[in-house]
Amino acid sequence: MLMQSETDLSGPSKGNAIPVIALEGVTKLFPGVKALSDVSLRLYPGQVTALVGENGAGKSTVVKILTGIYQPDGGSITLDGTAIAFPTPQAAGAAGVTAIHQETVLFDELSVAENIFLGHAPRGRFGLIDTAAMMDQAADILRGIGAAIDPTHKLKDLGIANKHLVAIARALSIDARVVIMDEPTAALSQNEIEELYALVETLKAQGKAILFISHKFDEIFRIADRYTVFRDGELVGDGMISAVTEAELVKMMVGRDVSQIFPTRTPNIGDEVLAVKGYAHPTEFADITFTLHRGEILGFYGLVGAGRSEFMQALFGITRRSGGTTTIDGTTIDIRSPADAVANGIVYVPEDRGRQGTIGALPIFQNVTLPSLGRTSHSGFLRLAEEFKLARDYTERLDLRAASLDTPVGNLSGGNQQKVVIAKWLATQPKVIILDEPTKGIDIGSKAAVHAFMAELAAQGLAVIMVSSEIPEVLGMSDRVIVMREGRMAAELDADDMTPETLVRHAAGIKEAPPC
Amino acid sequence: MLKRLLMSREALLAGAILLLLAVISTRFPAFVTPQNLGNVFNDTSPLILLAIGQMIVILTKCIDLSVAANLALTGMFVAMLNVAMPGLPVPIIITIAISLGAVLGMVNGILVWKLAIPPIVVTLGTMTIFRGLIFVISDGKWVNSHEIGDGFKAFTRATFLGLPTMSWIAILAVLLFSIVMARTTLGRAFHAAGGNPHAATYAGIDVGRTQFWAFTISGALAGLTGYLWVSRYAVAYVDLAGGFELDVVAACVIGGVAIMGGIGTVMGAMLGALFLGVIKNALPVVDISPFWQLAISGGAIIIAVALNAQANREKGRIILKRAEHAT
Amino acid sequence: MTDRTRFIPDRLQSPLERHLKSWESLLILVAVAVFIANSFASPYFLNAWNLSDATFNFTEKAMIALAMALLIISGEIDLSVASIIALASTAMGAAVQFGVDTPGLVLIGLGVGLICGAFNGFLVTVMGLPSIVVTIGTMSLFRGISYIMLGDQAYRGYPPDFAFFGQGYVFWVISFEFVLFAILAVIHAILLHKTNFGRAVYAIGNNPTGALFSGIRVARVKFILFLLAGLMAGIAAICLTSRLGSTRPSIAFGWELEIVTMVVLGGVSILGGSGSILGVVIAAFVMGLVTFGLGLLNVPGIVMSIVIGALLISVIALPRLWQTWRG
Repeated sequence: MLMQSETDLSGPSKGNAIPVIALEGVTKLFPGVKALSDVSLRLYPGQVTALVGENGAGKSTVVKILTGIYQPDGGSITLDGTAIAFPTPQAAGAAGVTAIHQETVLFDELSVAENIFLGHAPRGRFGLIDTAAMMDQAADILRGIGAAIDPTHKLKDLGIANKHLVAIARALSIDARVVIMDEPTAALSQNEIEELYALVETLKAQGKAILFISHKFDEIFRIADRYTVFRDGELVGDGMISAVTEAELVKMMVGRDVSQIFPTRTPNIGDEVLAVKGYAHPTEFADITFTLHRGEILGFYGLVGAGRSEFMQALFGITRRSGGTTTIDGTTIDIRSPADAVANGIVYVPEDRGRQGTIGALPIFQNVTLPSLGRTSHSGFLRLAEEFKLARDYTERLDLRAASLDTPVGNLSGGNQQKVVIAKWLATQPKVIILDEPTKGIDIGSKAAVHAFMAELAAQGLAVIMVSSEIPEVLGMSDRVIVMREGRMAAELDADDMTPETLVRHAAGIKEAPPC
Repeated sequence: MLKRLLMSREALLAGAILLLLAVISTRFPAFVTPQNLGNVFNDTSPLILLAIGQMIVILTKCIDLSVAANLALTGMFVAMLNVAMPGLPVPIIITIAISLGAVLGMVNGILVWKLAIPPIVVTLGTMTIFRGLIFVISDGKWVNSHEIGDGFKAFTRATFLGLPTMSWIAILAVLLFSIVMARTTLGRAFHAAGGNPHAATYAGIDVGRTQFWAFTISGALAGLTGYLWVSRYAVAYVDLAGGFELDVVAACVIGGVAIMGGIGTVMGAMLGALFLGVIKNALPVVDISPFWQLAISGGAIIIAVALNAQANREKGRIILKRAEHAT
Repeated sequence: MTDRTRFIPDRLQSPLERHLKSWESLLILVAVAVFIANSFASPYFLNAWNLSDATFNFTEKAMIALAMALLIISGEIDLSVASIIALASTAMGAAVQFGVDTPGLVLIGLGVGLICGAFNGFLVTVMGLPSIVVTIGTMSLFRGISYIMLGDQAYRGYPPDFAFFGQGYVFWVISFEFVLFAILAVIHAILLHKTNFGRAVYAIGNNPTGALFSGIRVARVKFILFLLAGLMAGIAAICLTSRLGSTRPSIAFGWELEIVTMVVLGGVSILGGSGSILGVVIAAFVMGLVTFGLGLLNVPGIVMSIVIGALLISVIALPRLWQTWRG
């Protein structure tokens, strides 16, 4: 076990810096769960601290404590060395702590300026909000961060990247001293990410303390000065980023050595199962044509927002395509709903497990049998014994961990929920399984299990489509890769042509190999 | 900017009302005389007042089905108060009506805020309770015109610059709440709490407390309207304004207030109420049986909801760049 | 891959154990308490004919509550059911004027119910509009059509054999209505709890997106539920019209709220996803007994509504208060 909680308060470049804000020995209890146990976190002026940990490690709980949404059950918060409490989100805001979160600023119906100044707008006569001053100040702040956004526009008219800029402008508007960025690059394109990095540098130069939460190691090493690692609600290590390697960070995160080794497989590619021809949608994608064979894993790579999930959802019948044909085992079929797709042997494991994949309040066995009720029932009447049998067969194959098959799926961990979703679809005995970011947000242990299982499925003759934004996963698992960019197929690569460089080059639309 | 203004829901609805008036005026020019339009507005004032309150409640993702019962209970209470204490000046009566209405609204608000009971259940319950209480306090008897003091009745009939007091109160309420919604922290909080409750919490807004204030405002306006109603029609009884809550919701929906919260304006609520008011007043004029009114407002609600849904439909992501071709 | 040491049991809690701790058990206790209180309160209560009469207080509403329970579990609501009764009854009354006989009247009643249900279903599932507003709209529309057809008149003159549905007895004190309700309750219980369709209803109510992504035909299921609610309203219209022997457009006014109260009191979550037919049936009895008991004590109907409203709020509030109390 690696315990390197060095209490080196001063960075090498900064002398004698004391943290702007620090959590010391903080504990947070929820009914039946200890979300945080005696953790400490210190944020220094002009420095970026990366908070690293698997899902469920306690990162979001810390954010909620820092922003006054949760109250700690033990330990202390200090601001400039003096103890302070944040009984409400307002108190945290007044102390200069602000969080930029995918959900922080999202009032679609309010104007950009109102979003920036919600809760602390400039006041004019009679204590009323001074709209003109608010617009001016908003415009100033937006100009300051180089954002070409009209403050009078409604937020709903903005793209996702600009919404992020509005969130940052909000942080600047309250004269924040501590800026928390929770996975700020998750939905951004490469260009937008670069702009965000530049902005982070600006904030650093202004002396703000930044807490940066990310799952992407490359960006942690690129912009963070310090790191803090949580595991299962405990602090397992912190220090300067320059004094640690990626492998060490991963080891701290998961508590063991994890080599990103993918299962070795000898692809046994059989007959053609699925042929997609000329799939098109008015705004989301166009000209998607490919074939898929038994025993094959076909990767779909692209930047976030390249239209991969949108295409998959059209293939599965969620959205209506404007053109194109689907052929299964030589028969052309018309898929108009997910029910049609399932009936024809195409199933889809969505990226958003909580909302799309599972029915959280229903028990495991009912989730598994939901699309297979036609087989477990008798002329429309439920047969519970058959349901339990089917659910048991498939959940055991996936090595599910649960107290009972009657447990609501919502009570399971992300990895186990994913197993329920996959079990649900395997129970329908599909021909084609589409996995959309199958390992996103699940712990590294479960990741390996999902990869091994995918390999096993392909070996049994199932045709697999895997949408993934993780290059190692795409390279490690796929027999063939289709790269999408801006809604179209940018390249189709065989195993021999697949390298990280070719993937990135096609995904970003760079014509020649990048210079570096 | 001008284009956005012209294309707004409010402008479209105002256009629809003007068109309606124009059509009616071709056959019945008397309907559009200033005198008659003033009457229509005065008649619609209670609906406007209640629609403003309901709009604020719906903004915060709630609904208040108890407004009409609140109006009737407050109306009965002040009417009986007037009978018991004829000397009580009207300003005090109005203050009492607003306060009582606000307290009844607070009951809804507390149940929604502190116990997180779904608003539709809460207000369904308080609606029947308030109606029952009217019976309890009045013993089922009517308070009739001759029992009600002249001062009590005169207030709403007095005119100022040609318009009755009731119209002025509606106009003042529209102005006041337009400012509250656009220029105060609470007003923005109503929008934020309904538009994205999760984000509102992060922005330091207590969503439950905001909903509580919305119910309080809705209740206060219902209380005020309770006095105005009884003063105007000079009668109070158990079923006063029975079913009026649906007209109020209808006015909001027609005024472009999204039932899922976060979208709505004072102007929209007023125009929605006026739309219904014009139809109600025009029916007898154009010689259609007043029995058509219910069906027409039902049809108007359905059409308005369909139009709202069309306007607010989530557009798909725009990923394709048409000019560019695949590599 | 089967690892016997990690065997996952089917269930940790037996179904019997779960039932004992359920809402339904609590309701049964309440029903028994009301029954005992009533028999002490009035000497007339424990009389077979009186008890039989008491069932007429709730059977028609309860029939609709059965279908409403399914709708609410699926995450939708139909506030137009009482108006469907009015329209179906009006249609039957109009048909009588043309000499249509009893079988024809039944077909018309059921047909109008189905058409209204289909209209609601179309607006919600095909047009994608929120059911709470749509059915407020159709609530005005359907009853509005009755008003257009009838005005302040009434239809009478139903054929003598038509009276059986609302006034006939099958055996001794057991009325036809009561038997019909019992049969419909069993059918609904089987449909909701024992069939694939019922499972889909729960899945949709808990997570409509998840259900869609699991290959459930969400729109079709919801459409059928609206049809069912319309059909039950049609059946209730036949019973009620037969019992009253006349049709006015105000028939069954305000019933939708009592029906929703019945469903929520029966333990169905107003937010969708959970509830049982047994709970709704017991809740119907509780409401019927309370109404009947208070009636025997000469408590006016409007005061009973206070009790019903308070019941609605407190059954939801008390468990929550209890939870807060215990931390």
